[in-house]
Amino acid sequence: MYSQGLIGAQTATDEDEAFLERFQARVDADEKIEPTDEMPEGYRRTLIRQIGQHAHSEIVGMLPEGNWITRAPSLRRKAALLAKVQDEGGHGLYLYSAAETLGVSREQMTEELLSGKAKYSSIFNYPTLTWADIGAIGWLVDGAAIMNQIPLCRCSYGPYSRAMIRVCKEESFHQRQGYEIMMTLANGSAEQKEMAQDALNRWWWPSLMMFGPHDSESQHGDQSMKWKIKRFSNDELRQKFVNATVPQAEFIGLSVPDPECKWNEEKQGYDFGPIDWDEFWRVVKGGGPMNKDRIAARRKAHEDGEWVRQAAMAHAAKRKARAAATKIAAE
Amino acid sequence: MTTQTPLWEVFIRPRNGLAHRHCGSLHAADAEMALQAARDVYTRRGEGTSIWVVPSAEITASDPKDKDALFEPTADKIYRHPTFYEIPDEVGHM
Repeated sequence: MYSQGLIGAQTATDEDEAFLERFQARVDADEKIEPTDEMPEGYRRTLIRQIGQHAHSEIVGMLPEGNWITRAPSLRRKAALLAKVQDEGGHGLYLYSAAETLGVSREQMTEELLSGKAKYSSIFNYPTLTWADIGAIGWLVDGAAIMNQIPLCRCSYGPYSRAMIRVCKEESFHQRQGYEIMMTLANGSAEQKEMAQDALNRWWWPSLMMFGPHDSESQHGDQSMKWKIKRFSNDELRQKFVNATVPQAEFIGLSVPDPECKWNEEKQGYDFGPIDWDEFWRVVKGGGPMNKDRIAARRKAHEDGEWVRQAAMAHAAKRKARAAATKIAAE
Repeated sequence: MTTQTPLWEVFIRPRNGLAHRHCGSLHAADAEMALQAARDVYTRRGEGTSIWVVPSAEITASDPKDKDALFEPTADKIYRHPTFYEIPDEVGHM
């Protein structure tokens, strides 16, 4: 998820060499950078962008799954899905708070999401057509997110790293519940198994795209690695994900939709076929099947909630005034 | 959109016997809503038995620029640590 946060990031800085070296030395010594520490503007901007996009992804990510809460096949599944979607909301909030420590306001980030200026993970622009998609999302999408997020627990920026530690602790339940759904379907009737395979077919490639462009195409990767905002390259993480996931699919009798996917003894990993980068860029830039719906849903939620926010603030102001008046009367 | 909802810092006591510990922040219109939101955002898995919420604006923090003046002087006061004093082994644990 996070690697897409770097698309179009400006990492250029104007600070002098001595300043940048001093900062780099702190990062190299694995010192955490905290909000009030001096930092290059490029570092700050890259983080605001990345953490903001990460937060937006969590929030928008509630939508495809929320789509199935009322239609979950059992109470057990429904309770788990509700808890998972609630977690995603929580993750968004931890991340917004981390971004705010860098001097951007929540209102500004919300505005950028709603206006379409800020990006979020391309994966959430695909529709959830069947119940099996909920399994596939937990297993693959959360699985890919965990691959990305575990190294981020060691990110050089303290608040981001702390938020990631919390998120990772909670995320592993998500992947397990997803895999369990897939496993149950794969062991079910022929139709159920087909449904599981169909979901895997549709979510496999978009999940691989979550790791972002190839290292050779990724313009900002080097600087982010140097600043330890990022700890592994996109391709390294993608390979790790494929290596972990292919055997999991085989275990439940499903196969990834890639005829070129096979074990490579020499590299001790799976080879896999080419990714459709045209599709990736189309979806990132707003041309995915669900981009319009997702933003429309977020806008509606924001607009429908406006009176609640206003009422809460008015109520708080009134209570404060009343308490002050009572105090004066008592004196 | 224009009014900013106040920011609160959240402290959670994981269980009795431990101190409340800072765990994050959130936005809420008033203290009551901040508590409610803190419960939802930071204690979904039994992380706490007690929550404090404090308006972020009410926190007075040391200036990072004063870091050296404030904290550097303790670095050479090694006599404040027990290992500074040499006690013969025969005396036993002290």
